[in-house]
Amino acid sequence: MGPVTSVAPFAGQDGALAAALAPLAFPAPNSISSDGAARLVWTARGQAFLIGAAPGDWGQFAALTDQSDGWACLTLSGSGAAEVLSRLVPLDLRAMAVGSGARSSLGHMAMILIRGADGFEIMVFRSMARTAWHELEAAMKMRAARQVC
Amino acid sequence: MRITCPLCGPRDRREFYYYGSEDYLTRPEGEDWDAIDAHLHLRDNPAGRTRDLWYHEMGCASWVLITRDTVSHQISDVVLVGDAAAGISAKMKSKAKAPAKGGAQ
Repeated sequence: MGPVTSVAPFAGQDGALAAALAPLAFPAPNSISSDGAARLVWTARGQAFLIGAAPGDWGQFAALTDQSDGWACLTLSGSGAAEVLSRLVPLDLRAMAVGSGARSSLGHMAMILIRGADGFEIMVFRSMARTAWHELEAAMKMRAARQVC
Repeated sequence: MRITCPLCGPRDRREFYYYGSEDYLTRPEGEDWDAIDAHLHLRDNPAGRTRDLWYHEMGCASWVLITRDTVSHQISDVVLVGDAAAGISAKMKSKAKAPAKGGAQ
């Protein structure tokens, strides 16, 4: 996943930040701006996470906070990924467009969800990585059990 | 139950945390203790339109002001508290200007 940095524009600095971010753009809600390995993922009102690259010289336009140690990322891919995740996430995952993102919950955990071409990236707080893994494993087992019957 | 977050779109109620009446946004200024007591403890319990604060805890972490009907359960309006702030500060000023009940004499 690489480094994770919170980018929160200062009041009135949206325009100046947009110019500094180029070719990245500050993403609209539920969306992601990409430039090679660098992705800027919308995470909250006035906040996006820069994932996969170090931030530029944007400190005068936005609060930049290193989040790299705080998050764990799991990848769930394959034909049953949406079905498995639907057991844990209160979103219509079949309708989620490739390349979009969402803040939502995985069970009782806060989550950043990214829809990739062949599956999902699931970001949770690092302290909850083991629980997230357990929840996903249980959901995958239940889904597999229904397929056998 | 679905709540349409002004930022995230329609979301499940589980993503939201209920806080309470919109009265929490209009804290009385000064030391009118009767008004502060009323602000903290006195609530209407209408059968019909009500406005209250919810927090999109599992989503974008925004506070939202929801207008809903306690009889029909219909949600008629959802706005960000941040966007509603201009109207709220005007309301606070009009509240501050209104003559205080009792204590002022």
